[in-house]
Amino acid sequence: MSKPLQVHPAASPERAVNTHDSIVVSGRYLSYSYGRQPALRSASLDVRRNEIVAVTGPSGAVKSTLMLCLAGVLVPDSGEVRHDGQVISAASEAERSRLRRSTVGVLFQFGQLVPELTAGENVALPLLLAGARRPAALRAAADWLDRFDVRGLSDSRPNEMSGGQAQRVAAARAMVTAPSVLFADEPTGALDGLAGERMMTQIVRVAREAGTAVLLITHDAKVAAYADREVRMYDGAVEQGDLA
Amino acid sequence: MGLLAGEDSHGYDLKQQHDLTFAGAKPLAFGQVYATLERLAKKEFVAPVEVEQVDGPERTIYGLTAAGRAELERWLGDIQPPAPPVANPFAVKATIAMLVGDVADARRYLSAQRSAHLDRMRFFTRRKTDPAVTLADALAADYAIFHLDADLAWLDAALERVDALIPASQQADELDPTSTTRPSTTRTPT
Repeated sequence: MSKPLQVHPAASPERAVNTHDSIVVSGRYLSYSYGRQPALRSASLDVRRNEIVAVTGPSGAVKSTLMLCLAGVLVPDSGEVRHDGQVISAASEAERSRLRRSTVGVLFQFGQLVPELTAGENVALPLLLAGARRPAALRAAADWLDRFDVRGLSDSRPNEMSGGQAQRVAAARAMVTAPSVLFADEPTGALDGLAGERMMTQIVRVAREAGTAVLLITHDAKVAAYADREVRMYDGAVEQGDLA
Repeated sequence: MGLLAGEDSHGYDLKQQHDLTFAGAKPLAFGQVYATLERLAKKEFVAPVEVEQVDGPERTIYGLTAAGRAELERWLGDIQPPAPPVANPFAVKATIAMLVGDVADARRYLSAQRSAHLDRMRFFTRRKTDPAVTLADALAADYAIFHLDADLAWLDAALERVDALIPASQQADELDPTSTTRPSTTRTPT
């Protein structure tokens, strides 16, 4: 009798998940306006260590604005954002920049790699900006490229890669500092079919292994289904979800 | 016949092979396997090629005939007609919820149904991304996920239609009792 066909014949078992229950990112009563137009309306959301949370909702639900406030890119008009218990919404731009480079990874729909740099240099960039020496940063970059199965592209530039490959390089760059939390805004939005599935499978596997929480922004239920729980937004407010 | 295409086999092994290949499906009854083999033999799609006896009763090994292989190829090339419109129990429930209750009741029902669908989708996503998943299981999981996704798209659209029945001022009150705004002139929504 022949063996059933395997889909992932070379895959290795996942490492055990550390289910530490502490909160890595907390947003409380966050509001934000664009001009006179209120966008985010008193939204609250917690993300626990190792947890994968999907923020979903129709277009115009202001999901990305919530993510940018939680990531420390935008400063909310009111409310408070904490990373590992430390209030960051009141921190200076320089301090928030430092935090973003060290404890937060951000991945956008279009990887936004630097076109003049190779994949290895793109991934090493956050470490170099944080003061790491070039050889050590490139060694670390190679390791993270390996985790996303694109080590062979280390010397390639973005215009020599497919969309899926470039997005995996961008994911390696977002993870290279081993952040506490990865913010991923429509990470598979530009990928077709199985390339999206492969991307999500790798993000989940790598994040679980690294002990990194993930906040996914998506309008696609198939992507949200990779998360441990869903937070539903509607018209700028968190409609369904829970605080830790 | 698909299972016989690779190698000749007897009923017992065919049943085991079927249950292993289509692990998500209902296991075949032995009687069903032997009845099917007899029916296919009568049509000359399969034929006995050998009788073996190893520590037990005699087992007839069947092989696919040329006619059987042609029939298998015809079946593989046969396109299923797309499913006709089917009854939608979710729409019926949402409508009845509005008849016996109000918009909020319909909304509660649709939101709860949406959560249940997403939970089921998580189950199939975990199954298809399991490192040890077989091709048959991954295909079955994909099939379930895409059907659930179609229902979820309908549930989202239904929620939007139901929301449109709520006056805008009431929506803001319901969803955002404590919102505050601050004027600014240079921002753009994301």
